Amino acid sequence: MAAVSDEPKASFRLSMLIYDTRYRSFTIQFVVLCLVMAGAGWLIDNLLRNLSALGRGVDFGFLTSRSGYDISQTLVEYTNDSTHARAWLIGLLNTLLVAFLGCVAATILGIFAGVLRLSKNWLVARIMTVYVEVFRNVPLLLWILMIYAIFTDVLPAPNAFRGENPEATMSLFGTAAFTNRYTAVPWVSFTNSAGWLDLGVVWISLDLTLIVGAIVGGFLTNRFLIKRAATIQEATGKRPATWWQSILALFGPIIVVFLALGADFEVPELKGFNFVGGLQVSNSLVALWLALTLYTASYIAEIVRAGINAINKGQSEAAFALGLRPGRTMNLVILPQALRVIIPPLISQYLNLTKNSSLAIAVGYLDVRGTLGGITLNQTGRGLEAMLLLMLTYLAISLTISAGMNIYNRSVKLKER
Amino acid sequence: MTNSAFYVRKEMLPQSPPPAREAGAIKWARENLFSSPLNAILTLAGVFSVLWLFWEFTPWFWRSVWHANTLAECRDIITAAYGEGVTGACWAVIKERWPQYLFGFYPSDLYWRPVLAFILMFVALAPILFTSVPRKMLWFTMSYPALAFWLLWGGSIWIPVVAMAGFAIGYLAAKVALPVGGAIGATILAIVAPVVWWVVLAGAVADLLDQILPIAIEGVRSREFGGFILAFTIGVTGIVASLPLGILLALGRQSDMFLVHKFAVGFIEFIRGVPLITLLFTASLLLNYFLPPGTDFDIILRVIIMVTLFAAAYIAEVIRGGLAALPKGQYEAADSLGLDYWKATRLIIMPQALKISIPGIVSTFIGLFKDTTLVVFVGLLDPLKGITDAVRATTDWKGIYWEPYIFVGSIFFLICFGMSRYSMYLERKLKTDHR
Repeated sequence: MAAVSDEPKASFRLSMLIYDTRYRSFTIQFVVLCLVMAGAGWLIDNLLRNLSALGRGVDFGFLTSRSGYDISQTLVEYTNDSTHARAWLIGLLNTLLVAFLGCVAATILGIFAGVLRLSKNWLVARIMTVYVEVFRNVPLLLWILMIYAIFTDVLPAPNAFRGENPEATMSLFGTAAFTNRYTAVPWVSFTNSAGWLDLGVVWISLDLTLIVGAIVGGFLTNRFLIKRAATIQEATGKRPATWWQSILALFGPIIVVFLALGADFEVPELKGFNFVGGLQVSNSLVALWLALTLYTASYIAEIVRAGINAINKGQSEAAFALGLRPGRTMNLVILPQALRVIIPPLISQYLNLTKNSSLAIAVGYLDVRGTLGGITLNQTGRGLEAMLLLMLTYLAISLTISAGMNIYNRSVKLKER
Repeated sequence: MTNSAFYVRKEMLPQSPPPAREAGAIKWARENLFSSPLNAILTLAGVFSVLWLFWEFTPWFWRSVWHANTLAECRDIITAAYGEGVTGACWAVIKERWPQYLFGFYPSDLYWRPVLAFILMFVALAPILFTSVPRKMLWFTMSYPALAFWLLWGGSIWIPVVAMAGFAIGYLAAKVALPVGGAIGATILAIVAPVVWWVVLAGAVADLLDQILPIAIEGVRSREFGGFILAFTIGVTGIVASLPLGILLALGRQSDMFLVHKFAVGFIEFIRGVPLITLLFTASLLLNYFLPPGTDFDIILRVIIMVTLFAAAYIAEVIRGGLAALPKGQYEAADSLGLDYWKATRLIIMPQALKISIPGIVSTFIGLFKDTTLVVFVGLLDPLKGITDAVRATTDWKGIYWEPYIFVGSIFFLICFGMSRYSMYLERKLKTDHR
């Protein structure tokens, strides 16, 4: 390939392709390319011959046909008359939902466990060590199966909450009920809801958009305020008080949105044999979420601990010598350095959690593997196409997350000269 | 000196003990448990939760039953001993189903074969782990895979022998080609010759040898494997095969050669981007599409290949980190000594990079071993879900949940925890800096 296109010099001999280090890499690459092409060609040739023997080709037409199966939990509208493509979307959203919830909870729990494991308190440090070691060294599948078994076998049926003297009582100050069929949690409902925005493929809830917008807007405003305060401080040496502006910026918009939408906090109540009101979450989702959270948090705890340990003790001593208070030492000296160590492995744990959510198969939660790579695949018999799309879906998620990580890494990279 | 009024102490006072709150258990508790109000609250919360766990679960463990044939019998025994409505652990299920947990549905008169293979594994490992073992033992280590395969699956001895012959052929081909074709020619021939042997010739030669000299033991089908021998077969093979593959991939990713680098990156990122489950499904559903028509490929072998590729991609990333952490001076020193690429890699770069990567490599191995439980989703009987479901499907043990899970979980914990402790020991042993 490249070796041929190279201008042969006067002294060039064919044997230099092997013995001369200047040309040898071209030879090696050429050979590697040939081997890979031969391997790929062999696989594709086999594939084509097998497909023609079965009398079928590669066809993605099944995506537009009727799916014909129900999905118990959907984030956007779906019926069994919807297409397979829509079932794929539902599955993807379900995967992202459990992954997102898991990442949030695992981060919080992991940071707690990691910090407590470093605590000077002997007992708490030991308890956290036991937690981390037990959860890291046992397969995730076991935790999923065990937690699901607790939900289906140990928890009471909804009708156990009935009567004057019920066998079971609601948890979390009477706001949530864990039953063997579902978990009922309080939920917000809106009396004058803003309705839905039809985008063709999906309907977007305007309520949710407004809430997210209010939160993000609040954060951006707050950041702007802090930046402005810093600029003023650098110019004049005096930092204007920002705390009340920050509180207003962070909480003001969200309160306004909630009031405007007529938000109503709904607590689940027992009516007859079932709970009504609030939100009923399927146990498969809750069990999967809990198991993923507990398992991943044990890894995150180790990452946090390693990150804090990685900071040289001299750093905090130097900060104290400069007269910084402990809080500012943490914020200005320790955390920025520790985060540089913590964040990359943390994000790869998020990636692992997302991929591990495919173990939803063990509890029957219909994520993207369950819809596209499960029922759709079995119904249509399009194994090749469905698996290809499934792998591409997961690859897209992974590459998006790693792209985010690369951007972060570049922004915190040590500026070396 | 007359009688002066001065008082002079003649003998030393006996040392008095430190104040009670500055010594012994009280001091320790003050410093480690109650150093601040927050710590005191945490300690009390910790004590409370530990006591609560003991209070809830100890009675259940205490009322264990070890001898029973069915779950109903277990419950009767507990009721008879402790009264109505009391629950207890029924470990009798483990005792009764012990062979199934170890061997799955492997024929019971052939149990000695996996056991022998397991024992011989340690003999094969000895020369790798301990330098004091005679070097001649390495020949046994090299032939162990074929032996283990033959013991586990049985059948004609010529199949593993012919398969192993491929490696010998590759070695011989390289040796013959080295004076003629140089290093590159030898490498190509060492790759191509065995592939040709395995794909084209091996089957026919094995059949021929089988007709001339039939040596065979009873064959066992892959579907009869299960329990911990399945987990061990997949786990150990995956661990052994993924390390060299991972090293090659890491070197490929660090390579200056454009194509080699791109291929390595593409492979690693693809494998790391998809869940193992999808790879396993691909192996069980789709692999036949990519093989010559009519090929029937053993399911365990397919799973092993996928698990190996999966772990290799992760190991490649770990080793890449180790390679990146090496100071540039090491590469330059190797170059200045006049070592070529492979010599420098083998003698200078890899030993140091591998040493740095030990924790990561071992945690990848632990992950691989834990992931062997996922084979249940392609229909193999892993100890955790496969065998437990099979046990629960019988009328005798219908409705038993916690005991099998706790048992299998404890075994996995022991093995994985042991591996992580061994890696910490190895890290300390190989540490050469003096910090």
